[in-house]
This record gives sequence, C-alpha cells and structure tokens, in this order.
Amino acid sequence: MTAMTPAGDFRSTYREDMTIFPTRMSRYALWLGIALLCLAPLMLGRYELGLLITIGFSAIAALGLNILVGFTGQISIGHAAFFGFGAFASAWLHEYAHIPVAFCIPLAGLMTTAVGLVFGLPAARLKGLYLAIATLAAQFILEDFFARAPWFTGGVAGRITEPFALFGWRADREESYFYVVLAWVVVMFLMASNLMRTRDGRALVAVRDHYLSAEMMGINLAYYRTLSFGIASFYAGIGGALYAHYLLFVSVEAFNILFSIQFLGMVIIGGLGSVMGSLMGAAFMTLLPEVVQAGADLLAGSPVDRALRLGASISFLREMAIGAAIILFLIFEPDGLARRWRLIRAYWKLYPYSH
Amino acid sequence: MAGEAEDGPVLEAVGVSLRFGGVRALTDVSFRVNRGEVFSIIGPNGAGKTSMVNCVSGRYRPTEGGIRFEGRDITRVPTRKRAAIGIGRTFQNLALFGHMTVLENIMVGRHHLLRRGFGPGMLWWIGGARREEIAHRREVEEIIDFLEIQHVRKAVAGQLSYGLRKRVELARAMALKPKLILLDEPMAGMNLEEKEDMARFIIDLNEEWGMTVLMIEHDMGVVMDISHRVVVLDFGRKIAEGRPEEVMADPHVRRAYLGEADEVVQEPDEAPAETMEPTAP
Repeated sequence: MTAMTPAGDFRSTYREDMTIFPTRMSRYALWLGIALLCLAPLMLGRYELGLLITIGFSAIAALGLNILVGFTGQISIGHAAFFGFGAFASAWLHEYAHIPVAFCIPLAGLMTTAVGLVFGLPAARLKGLYLAIATLAAQFILEDFFARAPWFTGGVAGRITEPFALFGWRADREESYFYVVLAWVVVMFLMASNLMRTRDGRALVAVRDHYLSAEMMGINLAYYRTLSFGIASFYAGIGGALYAHYLLFVSVEAFNILFSIQFLGMVIIGGLGSVMGSLMGAAFMTLLPEVVQAGADLLAGSPVDRALRLGASISFLREMAIGAAIILFLIFEPDGLARRWRLIRAYWKLYPYSH
Repeated sequence: MAGEAEDGPVLEAVGVSLRFGGVRALTDVSFRVNRGEVFSIIGPNGAGKTSMVNCVSGRYRPTEGGIRFEGRDITRVPTRKRAAIGIGRTFQNLALFGHMTVLENIMVGRHHLLRRGFGPGMLWWIGGARREEIAHRREVEEIIDFLEIQHVRKAVAGQLSYGLRKRVELARAMALKPKLILLDEPMAGMNLEEKEDMARFIIDLNEEWGMTVLMIEHDMGVVMDISHRVVVLDFGRKIAEGRPEEVMADPHVRRAYLGEADEVVQEPDEAPAETMEPTAP
C-alpha cells in the first residue's frame, strides 16, 4: 500500500515531500485546530480547561514513552517515576536556586534526562522482560528516593510549588496556564516529528525493527538504546514539571507503578510508534473516566438502577467499564487510535468507491 | 567473463578458521578479492559460505586467521564501524526494517554519512538537518531510479513482494556507498525474470557504480555468467579458486558440488575412507 495523496497533489521538490503533515488540507486542519484551542479559554469552563491541561502534560510524557517503547522497541514500566522526578526537580530548582519557573521547566527536563541516562546505561544492554524488570527497579528506587529525600521532595508532606511566571506574567489560573501547556505541547510534538524524519530518529526505528542489519548500517545499538532512554526521560521530566506547576502541590505518593502503567496504556491505545497517537492516547485515558462517570451519574437513580438494585455498586461498575474499554480496544484495534484515525480518513477519501 | 581489474586486493582472507565449540565452520580459508571484481563464493549447503561472509561483515570473529581490507587488518573492528570503512551487505533472509517505508529504509543506509544527530534533527529548520536530508535524498533517489523501485518509494517495506524487498535491500546496501558489497544469495527464491534483472543490477553496480562485489549464490548459471572469479568451499575448506570455467573443470569441485562420482584420489591423510571405490561386497 503506497501513501495516499489526493489527485493533483504533485510535489516538485524534495523539501515539499518531507513535510510532517503531507497534504495542504491536513496543514489547514492543524492551524485551525491550534487556533480553536487558543480560543478555548474563552469558551470552556475551568474544569474542562483542567482536563485539557491534563491531556497536554500527559501527552508530552506519553510521547516520550512512545519514543522509547513504540519507536525504539524498548520497554519501560518506570515512566511515572521520571515524570515525578521532573515535577520535584522543577519545584526544587525554583525554591533553592530561585530560578524563574519558566526556566525551571526545561532545566527539570534536563535533570530528568541525566537521571534517565544513569538508569538507561545498563538498560541499553537489556531487552524484553529483563529490561522490564530493570525499569521496574528504576521505578522503586526513585519512589524510595522521593520518600527519603525531604530536602528534594519535601518528604511525606510533599512540596508546594509556585505557579508559572514569566516577566511578571503569572499563569496561576487554568485560563492562562492552558497557553503555557499548549505551547509546550506544540514544541515537544514538533521536535519529536522532526526527530523521526532525520538520522537519529530513523536509527531508533532501525534498532527496533532489525538490530542486526541496523548494526551493519553503522548504527551503534547501545548508544541509540541509551539515547532513547534519555529522550524519553526528557519528555517525562517536562511533562512532570508542567504537572507540578499546574497542581501547585507535588506529593510523594502520586508517582507509583499504576501511574507508570497508565502511561503505557496511553501509548498502546494511542498507537505504538505514532507521534500523534500519543496525544490521542493521552486524551482517551484522561477522558474515559469522565465519560464513564457521566454514564454512572445517568445510571444512578434511574429505573435500571432501581430494578437491579445497583446502588453503591455503580462505582465498581465505573472501574470495570474503564478496564473493559481498554481490553476491548486492545482486541479490536491493537494498532491504536492513530491507525483507526487513518482508516477512517482513508474510508472517506475513497467513499463510495472503496476498491 | 574476462577482464578482471588487477588493482591489488580490496579484501584478503588470511587463513580464516571459525569454530563454534566442537563444530568447525571454516578451516584455514584464504582468498583475495581484487578491486573491481565480481567474486563469488559457492559450495554446497553448510559449506561455510555465509559464515565466511559473516566474518567479513563483522558478525563473527574468526577463531584464527584474519581479514584484511585495503591492506588494513579489520579482524577486530566491530560490525558497526565497517560501514564507514566501506563494507556493505545484504542478508540471505530478508533483513529490512519492516515498518519503515522503502525510502526510510534506504536513508538508514546513509546513516554513517549523515552528520546531524538528534539535536539539529529535532530543530530541523535551524542547524542544517533539512539541507542535509535533501542532499542525501537526491543521491538516494539515484539509487531508487537505478533499481527501478520508484513506484514503491513510499510503501511500507514489510508489505512488499519478495522480489521487491530483495531489491530494496540491495538499494539500502548501495546507499552505504560501499567499496565492497557483500551479497548473500541475492537471487534465492526469485523467478527467471527477477533473476535476470538482479544479474543486470549486479553487473551495473560493479561496472558503473564501481563497487567490488563479493557474492554467495546457488544459481550456477548466474555465477558462471557474471563472476570474474570464484572460490569453492566444502565442509569449511577451500577446495578451489579461480576463473569460473577453470573451477568448474576441477574434478574436486565436480565431486563436491555437483555430486558426481569422484575419479580422483584425494590425499591419503585427508579423508582415507572417502577415497575407496564403492565395491560390491
């Protein structure tokens, strides 16, 4: 199957052939989408904006995990720990080094990269289940560190963080912080898309698809496995820092293994090896509980509830519905939302002559 | 085919032996590949042909002996550094990056020639990554034109037909700009037409692109037609080396490779049991 481009879309230069969004329509749609999002604080309430912000920082962290798991084929079940490290690092940098929050966020990303590289160096020599266990160790070591390093994390009491501020502009409300997260999402997704169309991005995928021939092509396997870990940690750190300055409080308990698995869920549901899939997966995992909650609210007190005497069990149903949705997803669309989206687009492009 | 370019050896195997535990895959194999040659390794299944190529590509390290490339000892050079030295290869069982497009697969071959890493890569517009990509894309397109795979440029490599995938693998190896290209059974599993195309490509990449070819191939017709010189392996030993017609006239080769009854008596210390004429008891 070759890439589908609309009739009349001829590229006369290689430069035109290398754009991230292949067609003019998709570029217009992107600009329209960003423009609509810029207007979102005028139209949406604080709660909905909060959801969008959550999707934003989750998507950044999920994208990092996707670069590691989806593109490089390495597994990690310690991503939330790096996310947490980024959150604490940003808060700590602001409190002790008195760096403005706007600069703390990228610095926290770099600090998390350094920590990720420490764990990534041994991980570069491991694969599959062994790597899974090694990253699990990273999860527990970092969690333990959070609990035992009050100078860094505030210990069990947690750490209060300052809102985002830049040259006197304070983003302490959802309406303003939304723009900060939006800008970071755009930048981080652009950087990942650029990476994937250049040398080192291709090398990561080559390591995943066939490491023996990758080596023959002159690719240093250990270097790229470690690099992938570093990039994933950087994205996790940025996501975590954005989280910290949104909630304004970081607690030691938040970054447990369940949170790590949630990131894996985002990546798998969104689509392994898809940049935009990371965003879709983060949106899905953030909105699914909301949708199910709305369903549960409808159900509560309804005739069905009375007939079946569900009562308090509705909250259990809610948890089960989330699990069931994820399982059904994996069965019917194992390649993720990104592929489903492509299929839907292809369907409408070819409609009604689909053959 | 005559007219071998006598320009000194590109590749020399010097007494290469390879053992896996008790199994002797190669025993004291020596040969030299001259610059500009199409050089074939032939032999029956299990003769050690692929093991020999793996020693050249760095996958295996010879237990004894060494490999010299352009006069330099590369026996201990790791695989990933051999692309930059000038060695490219294709694999016997397809080894494409299955989820990448054809174009991306071939661009991976440019890896060691590209200079912009992840930093400039992520920034694309600033730092010259785009300019570099375009320059290399232009060269890669020449290879795509040469191998006539323009129509599948954007197709996912894993979804192509077998013959096309073989061609993409050749394109990827060519993209490395190797001085020596190792082809492990480039025509296995192809129909006659595909074989003829592939033979043409090999001749052209040798004559027009100036690459020295070291090839393993089972199709004797092809080997005879396009090789300048041939080495024959049997049970990990070299039993003949020379021009195709000389080698095929060699009685050892006829016996070992073509399965003909052996009229020549081997050296007694080699394999005495095998030299006995089958006689009725």
